Amino acid sequence: MSAEPTTKVTPSSLGPDSEGSPGASSVTQGSGHRDDYGSRLGMWLFLVTEMVLFGGLFIAYSYMRYRYPVEFHHGGGELNATLGVINTLVLLTSSLTVVLAIVAIQRSEKGRAMVFLGSTLVLGLTFLVIKSFEWGAKFHHGLYPNAPHLATLPPGEQVFFGLYFTMTGLHGLHVIAGLSVLSVMLWWVATDRIRQDRYIHLENSGLYWHLVDVIWIFLLPLFYLAA
Amino acid sequence: MSTHAATAQPSYLVDTGSRKGLMAWLTTTDHKRIGLLYLYAMSIFFLIAMGIGFVMRLVQLTSYQKLITAQTYNALFTVHGVIMIFLFVIPGLSAVFGNFFLPILIGAKDVSFPRLNLASWYFFMAGAILAVLSLFTGGGAPDTGWSFYAPFSLKTGTNVSLAVFAAFVLGFSSMLTGINFITTIHRLRAPGMHWFRMPLFCWAVYSTAWIQILATPIVAITLVLVILERFFGIGVFDPAKGGDPLLYQHLFWIYSHPAVYIMILPAMGAITEIIPTFAKRTIFGYKAIAFSSMAIAGVGSLVWAHHMFTSGMSGMALMLFSLLTMIVAVPSAVKVFNWVGTLYKGSIDFQPPLLFALTFIFLFCIGGLTGVMQGALAVNVHVHDTYFIVGHFHYVMFGGTGMAFFAALLYWFPKMWGRMYSKAAIYASWFPIFIGFNLLYFGMLILGLMGMPRRYYVHLPQFHTMHVVATVGSWFLVLGLLLFFGTLLYAILWGEKAEDNPWGGVTLEWSLPSPPIQENFEEIPTITHGPYEFERLEGKS
Repeated sequence: MSAEPTTKVTPSSLGPDSEGSPGASSVTQGSGHRDDYGSRLGMWLFLVTEMVLFGGLFIAYSYMRYRYPVEFHHGGGELNATLGVINTLVLLTSSLTVVLAIVAIQRSEKGRAMVFLGSTLVLGLTFLVIKSFEWGAKFHHGLYPNAPHLATLPPGEQVFFGLYFTMTGLHGLHVIAGLSVLSVMLWWVATDRIRQDRYIHLENSGLYWHLVDVIWIFLLPLFYLAA
Repeated sequence: MSTHAATAQPSYLVDTGSRKGLMAWLTTTDHKRIGLLYLYAMSIFFLIAMGIGFVMRLVQLTSYQKLITAQTYNALFTVHGVIMIFLFVIPGLSAVFGNFFLPILIGAKDVSFPRLNLASWYFFMAGAILAVLSLFTGGGAPDTGWSFYAPFSLKTGTNVSLAVFAAFVLGFSSMLTGINFITTIHRLRAPGMHWFRMPLFCWAVYSTAWIQILATPIVAITLVLVILERFFGIGVFDPAKGGDPLLYQHLFWIYSHPAVYIMILPAMGAITEIIPTFAKRTIFGYKAIAFSSMAIAGVGSLVWAHHMFTSGMSGMALMLFSLLTMIVAVPSAVKVFNWVGTLYKGSIDFQPPLLFALTFIFLFCIGGLTGVMQGALAVNVHVHDTYFIVGHFHYVMFGGTGMAFFAALLYWFPKMWGRMYSKAAIYASWFPIFIGFNLLYFGMLILGLMGMPRRYYVHLPQFHTMHVVATVGSWFLVLGLLLFFGTLLYAILWGEKAEDNPWGGVTLEWSLPSPPIQENFEEIPTITHGPYEFERLEGKS
């Protein structure tokens, strides 16, 4: 996804990135140890766990939707699809700016990298603000778990909104986590801890941000376009 | 394989940094020390949960029922299960011996992410502390059983939320360890250490790590749903709001059945290290064992609903899960045949680790075969939720993983602490352990077939005799375990110095001094042959 080929130029990278030389890096373990390929592999494995985490919720969603097709249709009708689509565009753009930040770092353009990272943070915050307006509207209409109004609706719709708040809420937490990590990355770029020859942390944070984005791309049709 | 020269580096047990004593241990990133941190913590949890089990058995001698109330009994079996499962057998061999020996066995100086490794231990301890807190705060100790089944777990006034959150945090620890081990095996193998030259313990840890990262997140999200349900009433598991408790059971077992293989695979791996060393002979069927580990990990992920045969699933689902359950027994049996095949015509050197390894094979076979019995639909309906189940999983978890844990501890003990234990005392502890174990858990199997339901505070008179037999068995078992742990504790403190290679093993850890130096290897070795080539060494000498 982000800038794979350029890692080869890193001068202090230990050994080639290919799997063909198992253990090549262990020879130089110790204080100077660094294994970018290993870090990236670890990050991908972590992303797998995140996908399975949401996977559990997708299983629950599929089963419930199979059980209550009509109620899910009505539930989806209550959501604001326009805001959902706008938020999708916001997140997609923020993924683009992360990639551009990495490219800028690879070209040693620190200022530009900071601008792009800053834009990502602003876009991420925009997403959260729009999301909070949406949640606020639902609360206002009494469409939240344990609300007296929701209790009068058919069971399937109650489950729909239970899942809606759980899944978008968990996704929101991931957005907040991603923004926190990217803020640290911005600071590290500013203080030169992330440089042209050393940007694996930024790259991994970018991967995480893309995951947050991808999960949202699934949430959009499941909830907003369910009507 | 190079023998080590007079070494300049101090042992990993010596503090060389700026921090000393306890602080040096709590801030260490040395995989060997982290392995020991896990071991010490887990031993304490094990002894606590063992004590709880002991009390539960006492209650079944009817005269002792004044001891505790029925509500306390419910709390006790929940806590016994939570501690034993989440704090002992799941981290089990992977966290202790995986941490200590995986890097050494593949010729590395540490794991890929040493700081993350320490963080995993802190997650583990945080989860453990939360679990303990849940007993004494809120509405009191959870009384749902370790499986936290909805809808009872949603409605009970006891402190389920905190206990469930503790399990969530422990899951994090497990996932991070899994990520760390997979990356380590992919990246840090010594030059020449090809995949099929790795000792088989590494293969076992590798398959386990994959289950850890693929299954654990499911239970994590399930437990989060339970918490959300309790606090906000989201309704996913609540029938009154259109939810389905059966969904909880599915999600729970999608993790918790593969978790059984998280527990048993590293145990099988350790046994596979021990048997060739004491048979002085290369392992029979290296690739069969390696691939059977992966096969167990794969097929084992598809059998979860055999815990739910009486829950009213469709007949089709019942038959499919029954079939898959039978199939998972095949790779397990492959391993057993390979171990026995390795012993055949070996020059057997009978030592305590081998005794416990053989005990493992015997008890694991009983556990495995009773497992296949329950995979058959008709038998399952008869024994569902009876003592038969309890007996069966204690044979697998305790007779399997527990005995393998003890065998691995005895095998690697001289390497880990550089001291040797009293073999006579270990042999002496084996008899009460073995006899007590079988009285207790075979007694449970019989009770189950007679119809004794699990988790009951009282029992009918016709079950009383077998309950007394089982309780007496538990006394022998506890006696043996105390002697076992006492012997090892004594040896850690005052045992005589061990040789570098007391068992004549040929894997990499035996080429190191006992205890190993801080960075394991002065120089990373180059590997030119497979892991168990005793014949090659004999030819040399």
